[in-house]
This record gives sequence, C-alpha cells and structure tokens, in this order.
Amino acid sequence: MLKVTGLQKIYNGGSTAVEAVRDLTFELAEGELVCLVGPSGCGKTTLLKCIAGLMTPTGGTVELAGEPVLSPPPGMAVVFQEYGRSLFPWMSVRANVELPLKEKKLPRARREELVTESLEAVGLTAFSDSYPWQLSGGMQQRVAIARAIAYEPQVLLMDEPFAAVDAQTRADLEDLVREIWQRLGVTVLFVTHDIDEAVYLGERVLVLSNSPTVVQDDVTVDLPAERDQLGTRQDERFTRLRARVYAQIQQAKKGTAPAPA
Amino acid sequence: MSTATAQAPTPGGVRRPGVRARTAPDRPLLGTLGILALLLSWEAVPRLGIVPERYFPPVSEVLTTLVERAGTAPFWEAVGHTLYGWALGLAIAFAAAVLLGFVLGSTPRVRAFTTSTVDFLRPIPSVALIPLAVLMYGTDIRSTLLLVIYACFWLIYIQVLYGVADVDPVAEQTARSYGLGRLSRIRHVVWPTTLPYLMTGLRLAAAVGLILSITAQLIIGSPGIGQQITNAQQGGAVALVYAWIVATGILGVVINIGVRALERRVLRWHTSVRGEAAA
Repeated sequence: MLKVTGLQKIYNGGSTAVEAVRDLTFELAEGELVCLVGPSGCGKTTLLKCIAGLMTPTGGTVELAGEPVLSPPPGMAVVFQEYGRSLFPWMSVRANVELPLKEKKLPRARREELVTESLEAVGLTAFSDSYPWQLSGGMQQRVAIARAIAYEPQVLLMDEPFAAVDAQTRADLEDLVREIWQRLGVTVLFVTHDIDEAVYLGERVLVLSNSPTVVQDDVTVDLPAERDQLGTRQDERFTRLRARVYAQIQQAKKGTAPAPA
Repeated sequence: MSTATAQAPTPGGVRRPGVRARTAPDRPLLGTLGILALLLSWEAVPRLGIVPERYFPPVSEVLTTLVERAGTAPFWEAVGHTLYGWALGLAIAFAAAVLLGFVLGSTPRVRAFTTSTVDFLRPIPSVALIPLAVLMYGTDIRSTLLLVIYACFWLIYIQVLYGVADVDPVAEQTARSYGLGRLSRIRHVVWPTTLPYLMTGLRLAAAVGLILSITAQLIIGSPGIGQQITNAQQGGAVALVYAWIVATGILGVVINIGVRALERRVLRWHTSVRGEAAA
C-alpha cells in the first residue's frame, strides 16, 4: 500500500548541506498499523513530510498504492502533532472536518454523513458547533483525527500526535487509534518517540537510526489484537518487545547500527 | 462588566445603584464623570475670564450653536460630503491595498523588489500632496479622494503584507495535505490569518481618513465640514467654529465605535476578541 524506496533527504543550508535521511526503505501492507520510532532529531518529521508529499526528497521514491507521491495525494490524511495550529480557529469543529470534503467536491448529503460519523467515532458529536479553542487539548486532537478519518484516506499518517497531551488523555487516544484502525481497516503509519506507545499500538515497529537515518530494526509485535492499557502493558511479551526496541534506540543514539537481534 | 457578578439584584429585578463592589473601577461611570468634569471646566474657564470668551466661548454656547445647526439641511449636507469623501476614499484604498497586498505579499521576489519603493513612498505625508491635488483636480471631490486614498492605502497595505507573511506553516501544510489548491488556501487559510492585521489597518485608516477628508476641505475648500470651519472662521463666528470641531470629534468617536464593533464581529474567533476560552 505504502512503499518507501531508498529515500534520501539533504537539506541545503547554504554552504553546509545536512543529510537528514540517508537511505530509507520499508513497506506497509494494506491495513497494517506500523509505528515508527527513533531517537529525537533522527529525521522522523522529515520522513513523514516526504511521504505526505509536502516535501520533495533528494533521492528515492514514495509510492502510494503503486502511484508515485509527488504532491499531497488524495488518498492520504495527516494528523499533525500541533493540533492547535493544524485546526483552523476561525472555523467551528464541524467546518474544520468538512473543509477537506468540500475540497473533494463531495455532495452535501455525503459530507454531512461523513462529518457526523467521524465526530461520533471520536466522541465529539455534542461539540460540532464549538470552536476548536473552546475544547481541551485532547479534544482538539480528536477533532483532527475526525477530520482525517472523514477524508476516507487509504493511508493515515500520524506525526507524534499525542506528544503534547497529558498521560491519561494519551492512553484514551491510543485506544481510540486502535479502535478506528480496526473498524475502518485503514493503513496507519504512526510516528512517535515513545517506545511504549510504539509497542502498544503497532503491529510492527520500525526503529530508525540516528541521523543520517536508515531503518535499524523491523520488529513484529506479536501481541493479541485486543489490547488494553493495563493488561497489555503487563504482558511479558510487551516487556520483552519494549526492551528490544529500547536497546536498539540506545544503540542508535551511540551511532552504531548493530545487526538486528 | 466584572462588577456585575458581585451585585445582587433587588426584588423586581431592578439593580440598585450604589451597591457595587468596591474592588474594580466602574468604567462607564468614571467615563461619564470624566466628560462631565471636562464640560464643567470648559464652561467655567471662559466664564471666569481665565481665557477671553471671544476666542473660547463656554461649552453651553458652543453646544447650543451645534444643536441649532444640526436642525438645518446645510449641516447634514456638509457632514454628508465629508463622510462621502471619507467612505469612498477608504473603500478604494481598502480594495487596492488588499488586492496588491495579497498579490505582492504572496510572491516574495516581487515583495523584495518593491520594499524600497514602499519604504520611500509611505512616509510622505498626504498633506504634502495638496498642491498636486489642487493642480490636478481643483476643489473637486477627487482632490479629497486623492489625499484620503494615499494616506489610508499605506496603513492597510503594510498590515496586509504582515498578515500574509504570518500564515502558520502547520496550517499551510495541513491545508496542502488535504488537497486544498492555491485559491482555496488563500480563501480558507491566508485570508483569515490576515483578517486581524487587516482590521487593525482598517481601524487606523478609518481615523486617518476622516482627518484627511476634513483637512482637504479645510485647505482646498472642497465642500464639507472642513470648508464650513473655514467659512465660520472667516465670518468671525467663533462659537460655530467650535461647534464644527465638536461635530468632527463626535464623528470620529462614532466611526471608531463602528469599526470596533465590526472588528469584534469579524474576529470573534481571534484571541484578541474571544478572551480566555472556557474549556
């Protein structure tokens, strides 16, 4: 569904060129939920922007359902970390969710249906006429998620979406993402710096190396499909996976890429 | 009003004055008292002979003159002329500034190319163009328009440039990732981002535009309040001169209230208007 091949990004900052991403190759099968973790500053956001078609890579290709991504593709929705800046304060919750659908030229009835469904999915039906800034941080990110799923994407990109919300809200939102993913069967690429979150959410975890970035490890998460915040996190397999990813990240920070365990 | 909550309504729902909390100052009350004090001293100073009554008639006389005049058609005709020059000039300046601001502001190269010219033209006071206006249009309304437009244009244009440049990259990327084209992004992202700046520009321009409208009439002699002031002065009608001055002041206040109300309406989502959000 989503295929990244030999992706490279070099920032040309005048005389000094910085190679943020060196050589990234990975693939997401249809309906997969993959988490991408890496040490801070390893070019996660750069990678995501290249995949979203918001930035042109220096080398390599991104393909969505066989089509090369050169500009933001219609089958992709992005949930940004900065919900406060990603939602438009001059529009109500409903209008925020509806805007991309208007742009898609969907008929009015279909738009209303999608908006209602997606707001219901994130539990914000009662707030459709509020403005984003009248809501709490977690609720705002829910609006952003509703906007993304109403768009009916084939691939949902999430760029550290819960980095700015409190721990309890975060747990709720993680479960919300699992729930939406299971119900809609959408392919999800979830970028995070949080190892626990990556293991808890993902079916697979891709560990990135330090910048210049390569894929350091590809961990399959063999946890049951039904996960819950208490049980799963105490599961022995969870701890083992967590330890493995943690060790990889530590090594990534030191800049030595070991052979995958 | 913050005192309203501390105030218990009396039976029958009528709020008794005098039971207000003493903590916060009562703005409208203080404001009214301030104006009363001003009017009182204006009345007292000429009556006590501190300033000769000939040059500074007491307020009662000025206001009487104003009320008398306000009952006549020529008064409203003059006000109409002034407001017409103001409104038309402001509207033209607004449209031109928004259009040019959006076009030039969103093309960085052109913007850089024109910056030096703008920085040179902008500080030229509009009144310096009076001789030019008289040469070109005489006492025609176009003279007034030229001055008003020139003064208002820069005020709004500069604000629009700032506004267009202030678009949040995350908002911009969000819009692009959801497939919003260039025109849609201008309409749904750039325009709302620019609105607060635009309203500031409009508020400044509305005040300056009124000044210029009256100045043009005063100096060039095109019909309007300014011309009336000159006429009154030449006829030695001192109280009438003051009456007109008071009228311009009232006009300025009314215009400011109007623009403020528009601002509150248009920017009800903006931090400057919405206050602290109740989560």
